Amino acid sequence: MPAPLPPLRFGMIRAPLVVFGVVTLTFLLLHLAPGDPVVRLLGPEASALDVARIRAALGLDRPVAEQFLRWIGRAIRGDFGTSIATGRPVARMLWEAWPATVILVGLSIGLSHLLGIAVAAWQTTTRRRAVDGALSGLSGLLAALPGYWLAFVLVVVFSYALRWLPAFGAAGLDADLLEPGARLLDRLAHLALPLATLTLIGIGTTARYTQGTLRRVAAEPFLTLARAKGAGPARVLFRHHLRNGLIPVVTLLGLSLPALFSGAVFVEGVFAWPGIGSVLIQAVQARDYPVVMAATTVSALLVVLGSVAAEVLLHRVDPRARS
Amino acid sequence: MRPSGRIGLAILAVLAAAAVAAPWLAPVGPTDAGDVVLTRFLPPGAIDDSGIFHLFGTDRLGRDVWSRLLHGARISLLVATLATVVSVGAGVLIGGLAAVVSGRVSLILLGLTDFALALPRVVLLLLLAALWEPSAALVIVTLGLTGWMPIARLTYGESVVQLGRPYVEGSRALGGSRARIFVRHVLPNVAPSLLAATTLGLGNAISLEAGLSFLGLGVQPPTASWGTLIASGRETVVNAPWVGLVPGVALVLVVVGATLVADALERDPA
Repeated sequence: MPAPLPPLRFGMIRAPLVVFGVVTLTFLLLHLAPGDPVVRLLGPEASALDVARIRAALGLDRPVAEQFLRWIGRAIRGDFGTSIATGRPVARMLWEAWPATVILVGLSIGLSHLLGIAVAAWQTTTRRRAVDGALSGLSGLLAALPGYWLAFVLVVVFSYALRWLPAFGAAGLDADLLEPGARLLDRLAHLALPLATLTLIGIGTTARYTQGTLRRVAAEPFLTLARAKGAGPARVLFRHHLRNGLIPVVTLLGLSLPALFSGAVFVEGVFAWPGIGSVLIQAVQARDYPVVMAATTVSALLVVLGSVAAEVLLHRVDPRARS
Repeated sequence: MRPSGRIGLAILAVLAAAAVAAPWLAPVGPTDAGDVVLTRFLPPGAIDDSGIFHLFGTDRLGRDVWSRLLHGARISLLVATLATVVSVGAGVLIGGLAAVVSGRVSLILLGLTDFALALPRVVLLLLLAALWEPSAALVIVTLGLTGWMPIARLTYGESVVQLGRPYVEGSRALGGSRARIFVRHVLPNVAPSLLAATTLGLGNAISLEAGLSFLGLGVQPPTASWGTLIASGRETVVNAPWVGLVPGVALVLVVVGATLVADALERDPA
């Protein structure tokens, strides 16, 4: 009889293993895919000689294992090659893209957890069933919304009907000419809709999950004891109920990172937000193999680093996890 | 089943029935277009020059949005259902195998599951969908291959609990093989929890199918699927927002319905 399923934990050893696995998988998929990338790249007009020359120039005529080792060797030194589609160094493209993704995903994680937990806490403490039911329905609906469609609706309402917010991009065309204060406002206006899309969906998921864990803690005797001691409702909620009920939410945070990042890919695509997701979508559509490899690697790294951070956080908040 | 679950089931049943009955419910075919000048971008509720009533208006080629929605439902629901069948099949196989066999094989299977869970699903989907020629069959396979992990973990966890029960020991004492014990005794007891997870997976699958088609990596136009409809609506968002809004509402209805059913199944298992 095998041991019960161990909790999903990365640890410092498994994190690099996952990244290595993603890289290997991506590489294999790229090479298993039918069709010659060079033929696709050059189009039907290219002569056989042209195709052969480009293949040699890109190193595609080498054995797959050798190509893989070469790629790893260069990637470790931060050299991801040159984009086939744009001719720019891939490392530079990603270096420019990652802050946008981290800002978008990071802010939406923070906001959606704060608001989602607030909704769940309100649901657990309210005595009115109607409020509880309405909030349940709302968070269920939010969690069910597909990101790209919610993005579409927000654009219809806020960009085209009300004309309040820009529909795409990270900065206006005139951003470089603006005063620093106005430039910041312009940035924030561009951030608003992508952030709202990810956050609204995140609130739904977090509230649904947190509501469940808070309800399980609600029957614990230590809450009755705290009330019997004369602790006020606020103290019971913050000192006793939330402190215990939110521990699983920290685990959820780590587990939901891949999903959050996935959601961000669609949302970045819809809003042309210049992050890793947009780079990946464009590279995939253009079959820009070096960029696909690098963007996948970086996204796996971000996800794994996030999971490790969540695990460290769990150790900090739950003394029982340290033993 | 609690009332919310029944509502969810009703939503799913009505939409599935509408998809099956699409050829009879739709006033025109999904790719039929009237005179492109006279019938393009008619608003919802308009009647065109040949007297056809357009409940949800028309798109940029004068095609009826309601008809395309109904026919798109067939593709979207079918693709999502088949993808869910693939992922549940693979998940039960892997999770069940990990529970039944012990030792190294089990550890490898569980490690594989944990690894696959840590991958960003959409990144994998993008890769798979982009490298092969986009088609409905590819979407089924890719969604199935990237969706089995939660099912495998659930099957494993629940199966281990069941394998410790006395009736399993009894069956083993009677000479039941491991495969027989799993299929005849363990699986029926695991099935209720699996059903909830499957319903939830169906909702996810339909949303992701539409997402892939939306990016042009799934079902290809002119075939109507909810994703291609939303994608074409995005291009005409300024003058005809209904083209993209209507299929999205249908999509949200399916996901909400699936969530309600899954919740109800989870809270009071049959």
